[in-house]
Amino acid sequence: MSLKIKALTKSLWVFHAATSPCNNCDIEILDVLTPRHDAERFGITLVGSVRHADVLLVTGVPNYKTKERLKKLYSQVSRPCLVVAIGNCACGRIMFKESYNSPCPVDEVVPVDLYVPGCPPKPEAMIAGIIKLINKVKGKEKK
Amino acid sequence: MLKTFLNYLFFPGFLFSACIGLFAGWVDRKVTARIQYRVGPPWYQNFIDIVKLSSKEIIIPEGAKLTFLLAPFFGLLSTILAATILGKSLSVNILGFTGDLIVILYLLVIPAIAMIIGASSSQNPLASIGASREIKLVLAYELPFILSIVAVIVKSGGSIQLGRILNHQINLCSNIFSVSGALAFIVALLCIQAKLGFVPFDASEAEQEIMAGTLIEYSGLPLAVFKLTKAILLYTLPIFLIVLFMGNDMSLLFIMGKYLLILVLIILIKNTNPRLRIDQALRFFWGPLTFLAMVALVLAFFGL
Repeated sequence: MSLKIKALTKSLWVFHAATSPCNNCDIEILDVLTPRHDAERFGITLVGSVRHADVLLVTGVPNYKTKERLKKLYSQVSRPCLVVAIGNCACGRIMFKESYNSPCPVDEVVPVDLYVPGCPPKPEAMIAGIIKLINKVKGKEKK
Repeated sequence: MLKTFLNYLFFPGFLFSACIGLFAGWVDRKVTARIQYRVGPPWYQNFIDIVKLSSKEIIIPEGAKLTFLLAPFFGLLSTILAATILGKSLSVNILGFTGDLIVILYLLVIPAIAMIIGASSSQNPLASIGASREIKLVLAYELPFILSIVAVIVKSGGSIQLGRILNHQINLCSNIFSVSGALAFIVALLCIQAKLGFVPFDASEAEQEIMAGTLIEYSGLPLAVFKLTKAILLYTLPIFLIVLFMGNDMSLLFIMGKYLLILVLIILIKNTNPRLRIDQALRFFWGPLTFLAMVALVLAFFGL
Protein backbone atom coordinates (compact mmCIF):
# COMPACT_ATOMS: atom_id res chain seq x y z
CA MET A 1 0.00 0.00 0.00
CA SER A 2 2.74 2.39 0.98
CA LEU A 3 4.71 1.52 -2.18
CA LYS A 4 1.64 2.28 -4.27
CA ILE A 5 1.24 5.74 -2.77
CA LYS A 6 4.95 6.46 -3.04
CA ALA A 7 5.00 5.43 -6.71
CA LEU A 8 1.90 7.53 -7.37
CA THR A 9 3.40 10.65 -5.82
CA LYS A 10 6.68 10.22 -7.70
CA SER A 11 5.15 9.86 -11.14
CA LEU A 12 2.07 12.01 -11.58
CA TRP A 13 0.86 11.88 -15.18
CA VAL A 14 -1.20 14.91 -15.99
CA PHE A 15 -4.15 15.25 -18.32
CA HIS A 16 -5.23 18.74 -19.21
CA ALA A 17 -9.00 19.22 -19.32
CA ALA A 18 -9.86 22.70 -20.62
CA THR A 19 -13.49 23.49 -19.81
CA SER A 20 -13.84 26.72 -21.80
CA PRO A 21 -10.95 28.72 -20.31
CA CYS A 22 -9.55 31.94 -21.80
CA ASN A 23 -6.33 30.00 -22.55
CA ASN A 24 -4.21 31.99 -20.12
CA CYS A 25 -4.00 29.21 -17.53
CA ASP A 26 -3.24 26.67 -20.27
CA ILE A 27 -0.18 28.61 -21.32
CA GLU A 28 0.98 28.83 -17.70
CA ILE A 29 0.48 25.07 -17.32
CA LEU A 30 2.73 24.50 -20.33
CA ASP A 31 5.23 26.88 -18.70
CA VAL A 32 5.63 24.42 -15.84
CA LEU A 33 6.92 21.83 -18.31
CA THR A 34 9.40 24.13 -20.09
CA PRO A 35 13.15 24.27 -19.27
CA ARG A 36 12.82 27.03 -16.67
CA HIS A 37 10.67 25.03 -14.28
CA ASP A 38 10.96 21.50 -15.74
CA ALA A 39 8.34 19.47 -13.89
CA GLU A 40 9.76 16.26 -15.38
CA ARG A 41 12.32 16.41 -12.54
CA PHE A 42 9.50 15.14 -10.31
CA GLY A 43 8.21 12.64 -12.85
CA ILE A 44 5.36 14.86 -13.99
CA THR A 45 4.53 14.45 -17.69
CA LEU A 46 1.66 15.55 -19.86
CA VAL A 47 -0.18 12.58 -21.41
CA GLY A 48 -2.50 12.57 -24.39
CA SER A 49 -5.08 10.05 -23.23
CA VAL A 50 -7.27 10.28 -20.10
CA ARG A 51 -6.81 6.56 -19.50
CA HIS A 52 -3.14 7.11 -18.68
CA ALA A 53 -3.71 10.08 -16.38
CA ASP A 54 -3.36 10.36 -12.59
CA VAL A 55 -4.18 14.03 -12.34
CA LEU A 56 -6.92 15.96 -14.12
CA LEU A 57 -6.05 19.65 -14.48
CA VAL A 58 -9.26 21.61 -14.94
CA THR A 59 -9.15 25.18 -16.21
CA GLY A 60 -12.00 27.59 -16.91
CA VAL A 61 -15.64 27.91 -15.95
CA PRO A 62 -17.66 24.94 -17.18
CA ASN A 63 -20.60 25.91 -19.38
CA TYR A 64 -23.56 23.73 -20.29
CA LYS A 65 -21.62 21.79 -22.90
CA THR A 66 -18.23 21.40 -21.23
CA LYS A 67 -19.90 20.44 -17.95
CA GLU A 68 -21.11 17.19 -19.50
CA ARG A 69 -17.72 16.60 -21.15
CA LEU A 70 -15.93 17.09 -17.83
CA LYS A 71 -18.24 14.58 -16.15
CA LYS A 72 -17.56 12.11 -18.95
CA LEU A 73 -13.80 12.64 -18.76
CA TYR A 74 -13.79 12.08 -15.01
CA SER A 75 -15.69 8.82 -15.41
CA GLN A 76 -13.10 7.62 -17.94
CA VAL A 77 -9.97 8.08 -15.81
CA SER A 78 -8.55 4.98 -14.15
CA ARG A 79 -8.63 5.34 -10.37
CA PRO A 80 -6.91 6.63 -8.23
CA CYS A 81 -7.40 10.02 -9.87
CA LEU A 82 -6.78 13.47 -8.43
CA VAL A 83 -8.46 16.64 -9.69
CA VAL A 84 -6.76 20.02 -9.60
CA ALA A 85 -8.66 23.24 -10.33
CA ILE A 86 -6.27 25.75 -11.91
CA GLY A 87 -7.09 29.47 -11.93
CA ASN A 88 -9.73 31.69 -10.37
CA CYS A 89 -12.38 30.59 -12.87
CA ALA A 90 -12.10 26.92 -11.99
CA CYS A 91 -11.79 27.69 -8.29
CA GLY A 92 -14.79 29.99 -7.89
CA ARG A 93 -16.20 31.30 -11.19
CA ILE A 94 -15.31 34.92 -10.15
CA MET A 95 -17.06 37.40 -12.46
CA PHE A 96 -18.84 34.69 -14.44
CA LYS A 97 -20.87 33.75 -11.38
CA GLU A 98 -24.05 35.47 -12.59
CA SER A 99 -23.48 34.57 -16.22
CA TYR A 100 -26.35 32.96 -18.14
CA ASN A 101 -23.88 30.42 -19.46
CA SER A 102 -22.28 29.11 -16.27
CA PRO A 103 -24.51 26.57 -14.56
CA CYS A 104 -22.14 25.53 -11.75
CA PRO A 105 -18.52 25.69 -10.54
CA VAL A 106 -16.07 22.86 -11.22
CA ASP A 107 -16.31 21.33 -7.75
CA GLU A 108 -20.02 20.66 -8.18
CA VAL A 109 -19.26 18.55 -11.25
CA VAL A 110 -16.23 16.59 -10.03
CA PRO A 111 -14.62 16.30 -6.55
CA VAL A 112 -11.66 18.71 -6.53
CA ASP A 113 -8.57 17.81 -4.48
CA LEU A 114 -6.60 21.02 -4.88
CA TYR A 115 -7.38 24.64 -5.75
CA VAL A 116 -4.67 26.83 -7.31
CA PRO A 117 -6.05 30.38 -7.44
CA GLY A 118 -4.63 33.18 -9.58
CA CYS A 119 -5.49 34.80 -12.87
CA PRO A 120 -3.47 33.09 -14.25
CA PRO A 121 -1.56 31.33 -11.40
CA LYS A 122 2.21 31.52 -11.68
CA PRO A 123 4.12 28.32 -12.48
CA GLU A 124 5.69 28.60 -9.02
CA ALA A 125 2.21 28.61 -7.49
CA MET A 126 1.36 25.45 -9.42
CA ILE A 127 4.52 23.67 -8.28
CA ALA A 128 3.78 24.71 -4.67
CA GLY A 129 0.27 23.38 -5.17
CA ILE A 130 1.57 20.07 -6.47
CA ILE A 131 3.75 19.69 -3.37
CA LYS A 132 0.68 20.32 -1.19
CA LEU A 133 -1.22 17.73 -3.24
CA ILE A 134 1.54 15.15 -2.74
CA ASN A 135 1.56 15.81 1.01
CA LYS A 136 -2.21 15.44 1.08
CA VAL A 137 -2.03 12.06 -0.68
CA LYS A 138 0.68 10.89 1.72
CA GLY A 139 -1.37 12.14 4.70
CA LYS A 140 -4.39 10.23 3.45
CA GLU A 141 -2.38 7.06 3.62
CA LYS A 142 -1.31 7.59 7.26
CA LYS A 143 -4.87 7.74 8.60
CA MET B 1 14.65 -27.66 -18.50
CA LEU B 2 14.63 -25.77 -15.20
CA LYS B 3 17.81 -23.98 -16.21
CA THR B 4 16.23 -22.82 -19.45
CA PHE B 5 13.22 -21.58 -17.55
CA LEU B 6 15.42 -19.67 -15.10
CA ASN B 7 17.35 -18.24 -18.05
CA TYR B 8 14.06 -17.05 -19.49
CA LEU B 9 12.92 -15.48 -16.24
CA PHE B 10 16.11 -14.06 -14.79
CA PHE B 11 19.53 -13.72 -16.28
CA PRO B 12 19.54 -13.03 -19.99
CA GLY B 13 15.76 -13.00 -19.94
CA PHE B 14 13.04 -10.98 -18.31
CA LEU B 15 14.51 -9.44 -15.15
CA PHE B 16 17.92 -8.55 -16.55
CA SER B 17 16.71 -7.18 -19.87
CA ALA B 18 13.87 -5.25 -18.24
CA CYS B 19 16.26 -3.58 -15.78
CA ILE B 20 18.75 -2.66 -18.52
CA GLY B 21 15.94 -1.53 -20.81
CA LEU B 22 14.27 0.68 -18.20
CA PHE B 23 17.65 2.18 -17.33
CA ALA B 24 18.28 2.82 -21.04
CA GLY B 25 14.86 4.47 -21.16
CA TRP B 26 16.04 6.79 -18.41
CA VAL B 27 19.22 7.54 -20.41
CA ASP B 28 16.93 8.46 -23.29
CA ARG B 29 14.83 10.82 -21.16
CA LYS B 30 17.87 12.36 -19.48
CA VAL B 31 19.77 13.00 -22.74
CA THR B 32 16.60 14.42 -24.30
CA ALA B 33 16.21 16.72 -21.29
CA ARG B 34 19.83 17.86 -21.47
CA ILE B 35 19.47 18.60 -25.18
CA GLN B 36 16.49 20.82 -24.34
CA TYR B 37 18.39 22.54 -21.45
CA ARG B 38 16.29 20.81 -18.82
CA VAL B 39 17.40 18.75 -15.84
CA GLY B 40 15.42 15.59 -16.51
CA PRO B 41 14.00 12.88 -14.24
CA PRO B 42 15.97 10.88 -11.63
CA TRP B 43 17.40 7.50 -12.64
CA TYR B 44 14.63 5.43 -11.05
CA GLN B 45 11.84 7.28 -12.87
CA ASN B 46 10.94 4.54 -15.38
CA PHE B 47 10.87 1.85 -12.68
CA ILE B 48 8.48 3.99 -10.62
CA ASP B 49 6.28 4.58 -13.66
CA ILE B 50 5.94 0.82 -14.15
CA VAL B 51 5.12 0.24 -10.46
CA LYS B 52 2.56 3.04 -10.48
CA LEU B 53 0.88 1.85 -13.69
CA SER B 54 0.61 -1.72 -12.45
CA SER B 55 -1.15 -0.55 -9.29
CA LYS B 56 -3.79 1.46 -11.15
CA GLU B 57 -7.28 0.46 -12.16
CA ILE B 58 -7.63 -1.49 -15.43
CA ILE B 59 -10.38 -0.19 -17.67
CA ILE B 60 -11.57 -2.57 -20.38
CA PRO B 61 -13.63 -1.05 -23.20
CA GLU B 62 -16.62 -2.76 -24.79
CA GLY B 63 -15.71 -5.20 -27.54
CA ALA B 64 -13.07 -7.88 -27.81
CA LYS B 65 -12.10 -7.97 -24.14
CA LEU B 66 -9.93 -11.10 -24.19
CA THR B 67 -7.84 -9.98 -27.15
CA PHE B 68 -7.51 -6.53 -25.63
CA LEU B 69 -6.07 -7.98 -22.42
CA LEU B 70 -3.94 -10.76 -23.94
CA ALA B 71 -2.27 -8.79 -26.75
CA PRO B 72 0.28 -6.90 -24.57
CA PHE B 73 1.32 -10.12 -22.83
CA PHE B 74 2.00 -11.91 -26.14
CA GLY B 75 4.18 -8.99 -27.17
CA LEU B 76 6.07 -9.09 -23.87
CA LEU B 77 6.60 -12.88 -23.92
CA SER B 78 8.00 -12.91 -27.46
CA THR B 79 10.32 -9.98 -26.72
CA ILE B 80 11.67 -11.74 -23.63
CA LEU B 81 12.27 -14.87 -25.74
CA ALA B 82 14.23 -12.85 -28.29
CA ALA B 83 16.25 -11.22 -25.50
CA THR B 84 17.01 -14.64 -23.98
CA ILE B 85 18.19 -16.17 -27.27
CA LEU B 86 20.40 -13.15 -27.94
CA GLY B 87 21.82 -13.17 -24.41
CA LYS B 88 22.60 -16.88 -24.70
CA SER B 89 24.36 -16.40 -28.04
CA LEU B 90 26.60 -13.79 -26.42
CA SER B 91 28.06 -16.23 -23.90
CA VAL B 92 31.07 -17.75 -25.63
CA ASN B 93 30.69 -21.51 -25.42
CA ILE B 94 27.12 -21.81 -26.59
CA LEU B 95 26.56 -21.79 -30.31
CA GLY B 96 22.77 -21.81 -30.18
CA PHE B 97 20.82 -23.70 -32.84
CA THR B 98 20.69 -23.43 -36.61
CA GLY B 99 18.35 -20.67 -37.71
CA ASP B 100 18.13 -18.75 -34.45
CA LEU B 101 18.65 -15.57 -36.48
CA ILE B 102 15.42 -16.26 -38.36
CA VAL B 103 13.59 -17.04 -35.12
CA ILE B 104 14.69 -13.72 -33.64
CA LEU B 105 13.57 -11.86 -36.76
CA TYR B 106 10.10 -13.37 -36.38
CA LEU B 107 9.98 -12.77 -32.63
CA LEU B 108 10.85 -9.10 -33.08
CA VAL B 109 7.82 -8.52 -35.32
CA ILE B 110 5.36 -9.92 -32.76
CA PRO B 111 5.34 -6.85 -30.43
CA ALA B 112 4.22 -4.64 -33.32
CA ILE B 113 1.53 -7.17 -34.27
CA ALA B 114 0.41 -7.37 -30.63
CA MET B 115 0.08 -3.61 -30.56
CA ILE B 116 -1.96 -3.63 -33.78
CA ILE B 117 -4.29 -6.35 -32.46
CA GLY B 118 -4.71 -4.67 -29.08
CA ALA B 119 -5.42 -1.30 -30.66
CA SER B 120 -7.97 -2.68 -33.12
CA SER B 121 -9.81 -4.61 -30.42
CA SER B 122 -10.25 -1.47 -28.31
CA GLN B 123 -12.76 -0.05 -30.85
CA ASN B 124 -11.48 3.50 -30.52
CA PRO B 125 -11.36 5.48 -33.79
CA LEU B 126 -8.03 7.11 -32.89
CA ALA B 127 -6.59 3.72 -31.92
CA SER B 128 -7.67 2.30 -35.28
CA ILE B 129 -5.89 5.17 -37.07
CA GLY B 130 -2.81 4.36 -34.99
CA ALA B 131 -3.13 0.66 -35.81
CA SER B 132 -3.39 1.32 -39.54
CA ARG B 133 -0.28 3.51 -39.38
CA GLU B 134 1.54 0.82 -37.43
CA ILE B 135 0.67 -1.78 -40.08
CA LYS B 136 2.03 0.47 -42.82
CA LEU B 137 5.17 1.14 -40.79
CA VAL B 138 5.78 -2.60 -40.24
CA LEU B 139 5.38 -3.20 -43.98
CA ALA B 140 7.76 -0.33 -44.65
CA TYR B 141 10.66 -1.18 -42.38
CA GLU B 142 10.69 -4.96 -42.59
CA LEU B 143 11.90 -5.04 -46.22
CA PRO B 144 15.12 -2.99 -45.82
CA PHE B 145 15.76 -4.52 -42.38
CA ILE B 146 15.69 -8.07 -43.71
CA LEU B 147 17.72 -7.09 -46.79
CA SER B 148 20.45 -5.59 -44.60
CA ILE B 149 20.50 -8.74 -42.48
CA VAL B 150 20.75 -10.87 -45.64
CA ALA B 151 23.82 -8.80 -46.52
CA VAL B 152 25.34 -9.83 -43.16
CA ILE B 153 24.42 -13.47 -43.79
CA VAL B 154 26.13 -13.35 -47.20
CA LYS B 155 29.22 -11.76 -45.66
CA SER B 156 29.56 -14.48 -43.05
CA GLY B 157 29.41 -17.33 -45.55
CA GLY B 158 25.68 -18.03 -45.67
CA SER B 159 25.34 -18.91 -42.01
CA ILE B 160 22.00 -18.27 -40.29
CA GLN B 161 23.29 -18.99 -36.81
CA LEU B 162 24.16 -16.13 -34.46
CA GLY B 163 27.11 -18.02 -32.93
CA ARG B 164 28.61 -18.68 -36.38
CA ILE B 165 28.18 -15.05 -37.44
CA LEU B 166 29.90 -13.97 -34.22
CA ASN B 167 32.72 -16.48 -34.70
CA HIS B 168 33.20 -15.31 -38.26
CA GLN B 169 33.60 -11.73 -37.07
CA ILE B 170 35.91 -12.69 -34.20
CA ASN B 171 38.16 -14.58 -36.63
CA LEU B 172 38.21 -11.93 -39.35
CA CYS B 173 36.94 -8.45 -38.59
CA SER B 174 33.68 -6.73 -37.59
CA ASN B 175 31.18 -6.48 -40.42
CA ILE B 176 30.83 -2.74 -39.96
CA PHE B 177 34.41 -2.09 -41.13
CA SER B 178 33.65 -3.14 -44.71
CA VAL B 179 31.75 -1.04 -47.25
CA SER B 180 28.76 -3.36 -47.50
CA GLY B 181 28.65 -3.83 -43.72
CA ALA B 182 28.69 -0.09 -43.06
CA LEU B 183 25.86 0.52 -45.55
CA ALA B 184 23.81 -2.32 -44.06
CA PHE B 185 24.45 -0.96 -40.55
CA ILE B 186 23.08 2.47 -41.47
CA VAL B 187 19.94 0.86 -42.91
CA ALA B 188 19.47 -1.42 -39.90
CA LEU B 189 19.98 1.48 -37.46
CA LEU B 190 17.19 3.50 -39.08
CA CYS B 191 14.98 0.40 -39.15
CA ILE B 192 15.37 -0.23 -35.43
CA GLN B 193 14.51 3.43 -34.88
CA ALA B 194 11.16 2.64 -36.52
CA LYS B 195 10.85 -0.66 -34.65
CA LEU B 196 11.24 1.19 -31.35
CA GLY B 197 8.66 3.76 -32.44
CA PHE B 198 11.03 6.68 -31.89
CA VAL B 199 10.48 10.13 -33.21
CA PRO B 200 10.94 10.39 -36.93
CA PHE B 201 8.79 7.25 -37.25
CA ASP B 202 6.35 7.56 -34.35
CA ALA B 203 3.27 8.43 -36.41
CA SER B 204 1.35 5.51 -34.86
CA GLU B 205 1.69 6.98 -31.35
CA ALA B 206 1.75 10.65 -32.27
CA GLU B 207 0.76 12.28 -29.02
CA GLN B 208 -0.11 15.67 -30.49
CA GLU B 209 -2.45 14.55 -33.26
CA ILE B 210 -4.03 11.22 -32.30
CA MET B 211 -3.48 11.38 -28.50
CA ALA B 212 -1.59 8.17 -27.73
CA GLY B 213 -2.72 6.38 -30.91
CA THR B 214 -2.50 2.64 -30.44
CA LEU B 215 -2.23 2.91 -26.65
CA ILE B 216 -5.14 5.29 -26.16
CA GLU B 217 -7.55 2.87 -24.44
CA TYR B 218 -4.96 1.06 -22.35
CA SER B 219 -4.66 1.77 -18.64
CA GLY B 220 -3.12 0.15 -15.60
CA LEU B 221 -1.29 -3.16 -15.94
CA PRO B 222 -1.65 -3.72 -19.72
CA LEU B 223 -0.19 -0.26 -20.34
CA ALA B 224 2.68 -1.10 -17.98
CA VAL B 225 3.25 -4.31 -19.98
CA PHE B 226 3.42 -2.31 -23.21
CA LYS B 227 5.93 0.07 -21.62
CA LEU B 228 7.98 -2.91 -20.42
CA THR B 229 7.92 -4.39 -23.93
CA LYS B 230 9.23 -1.11 -25.30
CA ALA B 231 11.95 -1.09 -22.63
CA ILE B 232 13.07 -4.65 -23.40
CA LEU B 233 13.11 -3.82 -27.12
CA LEU B 234 15.38 -0.88 -26.29
CA TYR B 235 17.79 -3.45 -24.82
CA THR B 236 17.30 -6.21 -27.41
CA LEU B 237 17.53 -4.34 -30.71
CA PRO B 238 20.89 -2.58 -30.11
CA ILE B 239 22.36 -5.87 -28.83
CA PHE B 240 21.06 -7.56 -31.98
CA LEU B 241 22.86 -4.94 -34.10
CA ILE B 242 26.04 -5.43 -32.06
CA VAL B 243 25.93 -9.19 -32.67
CA LEU B 244 25.36 -8.72 -36.39
CA PHE B 245 27.69 -5.83 -37.15
CA MET B 246 30.22 -5.23 -34.36
CA GLY B 247 30.98 -8.72 -33.11
CA ASN B 248 34.76 -8.53 -33.13
CA ASP B 249 35.54 -7.94 -29.46
CA MET B 250 32.84 -9.35 -27.19
CA SER B 251 34.25 -8.64 -23.74
CA LEU B 252 31.78 -7.09 -21.29
CA LEU B 253 33.31 -3.62 -21.35
CA PHE B 254 33.29 -3.46 -25.14
CA ILE B 255 29.69 -4.64 -25.34
CA MET B 256 28.66 -1.92 -22.92
CA GLY B 257 30.55 0.70 -24.88
CA LYS B 258 29.03 -0.36 -28.18
CA TYR B 259 25.58 -0.53 -26.61
CA LEU B 260 25.92 3.02 -25.29
CA LEU B 261 27.19 4.18 -28.69
CA ILE B 262 24.16 2.78 -30.52
CA LEU B 263 21.80 4.07 -27.80
CA VAL B 264 23.17 7.60 -28.04
CA LEU B 265 22.99 7.47 -31.85
CA ILE B 266 19.32 6.49 -31.64
CA ILE B 267 18.59 9.23 -29.11
CA LEU B 268 20.35 11.86 -31.21
CA ILE B 269 18.40 10.85 -34.33
CA LYS B 270 15.26 11.02 -32.20
CA ASN B 271 15.96 14.51 -30.93
CA THR B 272 17.12 16.18 -34.12
CA ASN B 273 14.33 15.13 -36.48
CA PRO B 274 10.68 16.10 -36.83
CA ARG B 275 8.01 13.44 -37.17
CA LEU B 276 7.49 12.05 -40.67
CA ARG B 277 4.02 11.58 -42.08
CA ILE B 278 3.25 7.92 -42.66
CA ASP B 279 3.48 8.23 -46.46
CA GLN B 280 6.83 9.99 -46.14
CA ALA B 281 8.09 7.22 -43.87
CA LEU B 282 6.89 4.56 -46.32
CA ARG B 283 8.57 6.36 -49.23
CA PHE B 284 11.76 6.75 -47.20
CA PHE B 285 11.96 3.06 -46.32
CA TRP B 286 10.96 1.64 -49.69
CA GLY B 287 12.98 4.18 -51.68
CA PRO B 288 16.45 5.24 -50.48
CA LEU B 289 16.84 2.70 -47.68
CA THR B 290 15.84 -0.35 -49.74
CA PHE B 291 18.17 0.88 -52.48
CA LEU B 292 21.03 1.22 -49.96
CA ALA B 293 20.34 -2.25 -48.61
CA MET B 294 20.35 -3.68 -52.16
CA VAL B 295 23.69 -2.01 -52.85
CA ALA B 296 25.04 -3.46 -49.61
CA LEU B 297 23.77 -6.90 -50.62
CA VAL B 298 25.37 -6.74 -54.07
CA LEU B 299 28.66 -5.50 -52.59
CA ALA B 300 28.54 -8.31 -50.04
CA PHE B 301 28.19 -10.82 -52.88
CA PHE B 302 31.41 -9.46 -54.38
CA GLY B 303 33.08 -9.72 -51.00
CA LEU B 304 33.62 -6.02 -50.39
